[in-house]
Amino acid sequence: MFAYVIRRLFVGVIMLLVMSLVTFLLFFAGPLDPARFACGKNCSEAQQAQTSKALGFDKSPVVQWSDFVKGVVTGRQFPDDPALRKAAPKLVTDCPTGCLGYSVVSTSTVNKEFKEAIPVSVSIAIFAFIMWIIGGVLFGVIAALFKGRLLDRGIVGIALVFFAFPTFFIGQLFLQFVAIKWRVFEVPDYMSIAEGGIGAWAYNLLLPAFTLALFYMAGYVRMTRAFVLESMGEDYLRTARAKGVRQSRVLFKHALRAALTPLVTMAGLDFASLLGGAIITETVFNFNGLGKLAVVAVNTYDLPTLVGLVILLATFVILANIVVDILYAVIDPRVRVG
Amino acid sequence: MSSSTPTLAQGVGTGAGASGTPFLSVRDLKVHFPTPDGVVKATDGLSFGLERGRTLGIVGESGSGKSVSSSTILGLHRGSRAMVSGEILLDGTDLLSLSDEEMRLRRGREVSMIFQDPLSAMHPYYTVGNQIAEAYRVHNDVNRKQARARAIEMLDRVGIPQPDRRVDDYPHQYSGGMRQRAMIAMGLINDPGLLIADEPTTALDVTVQAQILDLLQDLQKEFNSAIVIITHDLGVVAEMADEVLVMYAGRCVEYGPTKQILTNPEMPYTWGLLSSVPDVTGDTDARLVPIPGNPPSLLNPPTGCAFHPRCTYRDKVPGSLCTTDLPELTPAKSGGFHVRRCHLPDPAAVYAEEVVPEMQADMTGEPIEETEK
Repeated sequence: MFAYVIRRLFVGVIMLLVMSLVTFLLFFAGPLDPARFACGKNCSEAQQAQTSKALGFDKSPVVQWSDFVKGVVTGRQFPDDPALRKAAPKLVTDCPTGCLGYSVVSTSTVNKEFKEAIPVSVSIAIFAFIMWIIGGVLFGVIAALFKGRLLDRGIVGIALVFFAFPTFFIGQLFLQFVAIKWRVFEVPDYMSIAEGGIGAWAYNLLLPAFTLALFYMAGYVRMTRAFVLESMGEDYLRTARAKGVRQSRVLFKHALRAALTPLVTMAGLDFASLLGGAIITETVFNFNGLGKLAVVAVNTYDLPTLVGLVILLATFVILANIVVDILYAVIDPRVRVG
Repeated sequence: MSSSTPTLAQGVGTGAGASGTPFLSVRDLKVHFPTPDGVVKATDGLSFGLERGRTLGIVGESGSGKSVSSSTILGLHRGSRAMVSGEILLDGTDLLSLSDEEMRLRRGREVSMIFQDPLSAMHPYYTVGNQIAEAYRVHNDVNRKQARARAIEMLDRVGIPQPDRRVDDYPHQYSGGMRQRAMIAMGLINDPGLLIADEPTTALDVTVQAQILDLLQDLQKEFNSAIVIITHDLGVVAEMADEVLVMYAGRCVEYGPTKQILTNPEMPYTWGLLSSVPDVTGDTDARLVPIPGNPPSLLNPPTGCAFHPRCTYRDKVPGSLCTTDLPELTPAKSGGFHVRRCHLPDPAAVYAEEVVPEMQADMTGEPIEETEK
């Protein structure tokens, strides 16, 4: 098992290298010069060339990429050009090992941007994840239990509604009515645990996380229902009933366990991609998480931030895949090695 | 009611003597499934009886209603859309009149079932011991440890080597034969009076089949249980069954003591089944003799005798009786409680004069003409 995880991690690192290289190449394949964005509107040719040099955009994409990788391994300093660093030693920014680059747009290292944004996105993701898993599985099982009856149709119908409505619509609805018009909630504004304690943290997360959870919950209701119904048709459930096992136990011990494998796969990957930021939800509620960071980075052609986001999200997904595979072995004895 | 006569086959069976109702008595059992296309009559008026310590073989093609009938005895149809009527008396109690909860408490304790494919019939995520112990804990107030000890004891009894170690294995770590042994252990752990074995050897290879059948017979002697064995293998019937019930299109077409059914069958469908058995002593060039045609649709079964479209002896029946009238179950010539459902005036004679010589010819490997229509 240990060797397996090591092997998977190794492959994961190679995947990250390839993905970052592709991001670099794609970025420079476009007709726009990123230095122009960084330099600003009224920028002379000379200033633009200077900016380009400061950010290292004058080098070829592959060289820039190798600088980036070097930065991740050993750390680096900005501006990229040694001559410029010498000219203005006070403006040099030091970026230690793990360096993901320097964003001119926010005039800070990408790592620093992430340090502020990650807690926001992760908080929303965890909160939403807990809500949608509990709600989705619960309602899914109930729907499967009452298959074809009114309760089932109601649950599936409502799920369809929430699945069909875009998150920004539901998010706006909550914001406009629940928070602003009816004042049931205060307009949420992210507050870290350090700032306002766990209560304020949770309170502010409730609306955005619920908005996000509703969408996922809708999908999970339908999936859980389908998986449970599918496993209900298995021979081993008939065996369990033939033994005289109580129906509720048949459902929760035997059927749900079998439905768990596909659910864990989905949940792991959905959670991982959500860790990389919920773009729409964060934008609607104006939370400065990774999703909002991504929107800003795309609009301002901010390569270092974009590459950093790609790497971050890819890391989450790769790790989630490994975790899901390990969980398989926990759930399904047939997958266990040896 | 139905056109069949349950009265005749009612409670028949060797054990049904002066004592009246036998241990298991099924009377005019009907299991119908309403579907958008019409009612599927999976079982349509089935009656038989069985004493403890005896074995009944139910034979028939796929879709003849064998498995549906047996899972109805176990009450597994409950919660589905099946419409069930008739009577299933087990030790004097009508199982169909019980509440779901009462039936659940009998399931696995008084009547239990062994399924066809033990790999898919066992939960892949739980250990064999866990699943066997669960069957015990459902009906006995014991703790985990006691149930586990009992599971090990049962595994040992069904011939699993090193049961105290194998108890913690998962089903996929067992071989096919061991899995079926474990299923048998699960089925018998509460010492049920009735054991239904639904094609218990179909998924196993031949040498293992024999072991499993031996095991079932041994355990039957030990626990004195009644066994209903569902199969399409006449070899299994010959080895295991005291009585045989041949099913076709949801109905019983022939029923009687095994010896009489195998030596003096009086129904063309049974003849077909017997003729289609390959003979190990015969010529290797001999071809198998299939029953022509396909099993009938239970949604829209043929009129009259359901077997008539495939019956090669139809022209011996006067008029068009076969296509219009369902034959009653009538006593066969060989006596006992042997009954059959056929319009032929003297099926025993037809069997002796026509079917037997033909079968002997087939076995010696004489060139057979293509008889497909």
